[in-house]
Amino acid sequence: MKLIVNGEPKEVAAATLEELLALMDYEGDWLATAVNGEPVHREDRSVHSLNTDDRIEILSPMQGG
Amino acid sequence: MLELYGTKLSSRLLLGTARYPSPSIMADAVSRSGTEIVTVSLRRETAGGRNGGAFFDTVRSLGVKVLPNTAGCHGVSEAVLTAKMARELFATDWIKLEVIGNHDTLQPDVFGLVEAARILVGEGFQVFPYTTDDLVVAERLLEAGCKVLMPWCAPIGSAAGPLNPMALRSIRAHFPDVPLIVDAGIGRPSHATAVMELGFDAVLLNTAVAGAGDPGLMAGAFCAAIEAGRKAFEAGLLEPRDMAVPSTPIIGKAVFS
Repeated sequence: MKLIVNGEPKEVAAATLEELLALMDYEGDWLATAVNGEPVHREDRSVHSLNTDDRIEILSPMQGG
Repeated sequence: MLELYGTKLSSRLLLGTARYPSPSIMADAVSRSGTEIVTVSLRRETAGGRNGGAFFDTVRSLGVKVLPNTAGCHGVSEAVLTAKMARELFATDWIKLEVIGNHDTLQPDVFGLVEAARILVGEGFQVFPYTTDDLVVAERLLEAGCKVLMPWCAPIGSAAGPLNPMALRSIRAHFPDVPLIVDAGIGRPSHATAVMELGFDAVLLNTAVAGAGDPGLMAGAFCAAIEAGRKAFEAGLLEPRDMAVPSTPIIGKAVFS
């Protein structure tokens, strides 16, 4: 399935957001996720189904002013 | 004592976490600044990356409150989404709201800022809006539900110091009960003292400390400067005069001729 992950096109066989994170080797409790401009909370990732061309954002803490 | 959205604070310095030479130097600067609030951001994490986690662990070890920002957002929807993601990640309703309107000056898009503030307040956020020194915009932000205002005194990272003290005085005078934090443009401890002497409640800075030759030492200097400015404001400053006024009493002076 074709997805846009953090602005990059990816071909990933993931049915849910949680599967996508696992397949792409994301782990830890410091990630925040959004699909198509809407936040997806940590507890909802395992039931959030992905569809072709979904735009996924995976963010983490960063230095800031 | 400073109170921001119900949180009482001893320190009147808010410090950014960016641009330090190393995490340990950042931690030292935070410690020596005496700050109780640091600002952080959110960025795309690379696949398999652990950068964000390592940084977050350092921040958590500092024992200070975190104020996430929406830095780099150029639109309302982008800023609102970033704020929502920050709320989940950092477990706080606080958000330093930035909606940038100009690439060169990093001047806030004040129209988008007010709109985004209204949306976020409606969703339960406690918004710290990074704004200009425009009085009417300040009024609109308060109407939108902001309980704190953060006007710039000069463009971000410019180190120019207060460019328009009259505008800052005007905001202070119009909103005597609103916590006002000067955010952006401070370059030197004397700049921080100057805005604190105007009656501002706190200062948020980053580059002036992180970019110093010795960030830890500079953090301490800012801590002292902000405290000095606040005490001077509370003590009551003399207004400048055109003519000299003798400090030594004339009465009782001996007459020798």
